[in-house]
Amino acid sequence: MWKSNTIFNHFKSTLNFSLLSSRRFASTIAQNPSTFNSIPHANQVIDFPGGTVKFIPEMRFISESSQERIPCYRVLDDDGQPLANNFVQVSEDVAVRMYNNMVTLQIMDTIFYEVQRQGRISFYATTIGEEAINIASAAALTMDDVIFPQYREPGPLLWRGFTLQEIANQCFSNKYDNGKGRQMPIHYGSNKHNYFTVASTVATQIPHAVGAAYSIKMDKKDACSITYFGDGGSSEGDFHAALNFAAVMEAPVIFLCRNNGWAISTPTSDQFRSDGVVVKGQAYGVCSIRVDGNDALAIYSAVQAAREMAINEERPVLIEALTYRVGHHSTSDDSTKYRPTNEIEWWRLARDPVARFRKWIERNGWWNDMAESELRNSLRQELLHSIQVAENLEKPPIADIFNDVYDVPPSSLREQEQWVKDTVKNHPLDYPENISA
Amino acid sequence: MLRAIRNKSILPAFSAVRAFSSSAKEMTIREALNTALDEEMSADPKVFLMGEEVGEYQGAYKITKGLLDKYGPERVLDTPITEAGFTGIGVGAAYYGLKPVVEFMTFNFSMQAIDHIINSAAKSNYMSAGQISVPIVFRGPNGAAAGVGAQHSQCYAAWYAACPGLKVLSPYSSEDARGLLKAAIRDPDPVVFLENELLYGESFPVSAEVLDSSFCLPIGKAKIEREGKDVTITAFSKMVGYALKAAEILAKEGISAEIINLRSIRPLDRATINASVRKTNRLVTVEEGFPQHGVGAEIWFSSLHCLFSVQLVNSWKYTNLLHLLNSTSVIEESFGYLDAPVERIAGADVPMPYAANLERMAVPQVEDIVRAAKRACYRSVPMAATA
Repeated sequence: MWKSNTIFNHFKSTLNFSLLSSRRFASTIAQNPSTFNSIPHANQVIDFPGGTVKFIPEMRFISESSQERIPCYRVLDDDGQPLANNFVQVSEDVAVRMYNNMVTLQIMDTIFYEVQRQGRISFYATTIGEEAINIASAAALTMDDVIFPQYREPGPLLWRGFTLQEIANQCFSNKYDNGKGRQMPIHYGSNKHNYFTVASTVATQIPHAVGAAYSIKMDKKDACSITYFGDGGSSEGDFHAALNFAAVMEAPVIFLCRNNGWAISTPTSDQFRSDGVVVKGQAYGVCSIRVDGNDALAIYSAVQAAREMAINEERPVLIEALTYRVGHHSTSDDSTKYRPTNEIEWWRLARDPVARFRKWIERNGWWNDMAESELRNSLRQELLHSIQVAENLEKPPIADIFNDVYDVPPSSLREQEQWVKDTVKNHPLDYPENISA
Repeated sequence: MLRAIRNKSILPAFSAVRAFSSSAKEMTIREALNTALDEEMSADPKVFLMGEEVGEYQGAYKITKGLLDKYGPERVLDTPITEAGFTGIGVGAAYYGLKPVVEFMTFNFSMQAIDHIINSAAKSNYMSAGQISVPIVFRGPNGAAAGVGAQHSQCYAAWYAACPGLKVLSPYSSEDARGLLKAAIRDPDPVVFLENELLYGESFPVSAEVLDSSFCLPIGKAKIEREGKDVTITAFSKMVGYALKAAEILAKEGISAEIINLRSIRPLDRATINASVRKTNRLVTVEEGFPQHGVGAEIWFSSLHCLFSVQLVNSWKYTNLLHLLNSTSVIEESFGYLDAPVERIAGADVPMPYAANLERMAVPQVEDIVRAAKRACYRSVPMAATA
């Protein structure tokens, strides 16, 4: 017994040495070859690749969930009263601006949803119920921070100065759409506002954000990237690869998950069996926090803190914002088919993040009923006007079919473009009048 | 200099000893790719590499040898095993303005990442209306190696070349490898760069011009490796070597074959192909990949394709057309010039078998190309090329 142990131990120690003695580049963490301890002992540790691990004689499985769910950070209660004083103070200017943007988002969504129902645009997806996440997160960032949205985050664009007219132009895909009519409604994007164009592909933006964060780090900029996704998006392979990578690459990125309970008709109980998304951070070596997504001040504080950690400590941060998707998934969905109407109504009214924040700013003397009705009326006017203008503008020119496929248009596409233009010109009766060359 | 090399009898792909030109140096494909990467990384600090085993291991096929030591771990990234992940991250870095060169250990593994290659890279400039350009290169070995089985042997040229927004290149010689990789890295559009594992160790003569660090080949131009007048044979990557060998054999039987090295699968150099077909009147396309919807199928159609240019000749826009014809490379109709049906040589329509004898029969061999050329020239050879 002893003899075979010695041989075995000798073999193991040789193996150990060759495993751990491979040359590692300076910046990676060096592995220290350990002296192999062959005497069985209750406190024995060993340097497996990856670091020191203690041994225990009990066979202990880690439970699939902890006793208690990870608690949720909030600042304001349901009535808009602060629970404590340890939150990031927001000035009157910023608070009022945040509230204005939240109301804008709410009204914009309501009206555009109706416009789609009237058949004037083909598609729309609302952000109702998630206004606090949208606006407060943007407010806690700077213009240099790069945003990688999913498709339920027009709020940061509004915060950064994208106008309602520009929104309408994109939804109507007219010639002033800075997307040149290439995409469905709500697929906004703007270099000027550091907001990457929305793509329908779920969760692909998550590794993109990590790559961009890495580039920002290489540029040594005082900035980070932020990416938004839903509870459903966290099931995609891209989510897992991105978190894993971000930790390894030490990239300054904020992962903001809008856990709104539903991925079209799939409730979170069918999406994952973990305690939401926040616990997945630790699995990848990413620090994380769970936040009340309907509390604008909690979102603001958490995102600001995350931003500092991401940039100063060069590390990713995961924020799970708990909320509820009050609207349907999109205009192609009728969510009353798979969830109770009274549940939707309760969240729409009793848990409205806009109303909750309003109570706080009113209590501070920064807002009142008159300001409210003025704001809502003027927004309605502005929106209806923008929509009317956008609807009557010309569509993009034929040339925009063929541009931007490549950096420089190849001759084959130029030929095809000429062909199309000539065909339209030679057969005007076969084509609508509003096609411009 | 280049003409001198071209007119020499181009050496077959697998011979060990090369005839040495007095002024030309020899370089393996591996060295060609390595020096190209090195020079582009040196010239532009935004260029960086990522992939599995590219750093510490010096590259799975040693293409990136020495680069980690020279440029450090910030610019040569060893990635975890997730093609989808690191491709997405590379695309994100390109969105922001870096110039990643992403290595797939083989392009078979790129299937894990194909959503990012097509939807996040190829289409982004268009879908963002020019706001998001993606100056990324995806490179790695493509197609069959030797004895690696079906999941490691597929050719992806046709799949990627179908997508607008991508450029797809496939080098044959060391000159191709250097010039095209440099062009790919400098190009602002996403480029898929299809190498061949079995060619990595092959040596080719390279001129001083090719060795210069500013050397670059144009994307979208094929190369006529060997001029001929009886039959046109198009090929890319390893098959160019086979085609050249076939040309030697055909020459002994009095058939002069013109060998076109495509170099660029998208954009395809239709002008060169069509000019050659109009000269020889016979066409054989050669590729290693599956026949259906392959590169050969596209070239076949290109030679028949009758574009608006013919229609417009009859219209009042004639003068504008002349201007167009003179200033751009226009696809021209060649159907009328063909004296025989186009012969398409491709890999067998089966997943690649492993056993050496079966594998040999599943990929085109020199004899297949010779027989196809003879059929196109109406020398009596039965259609069934293999026993």
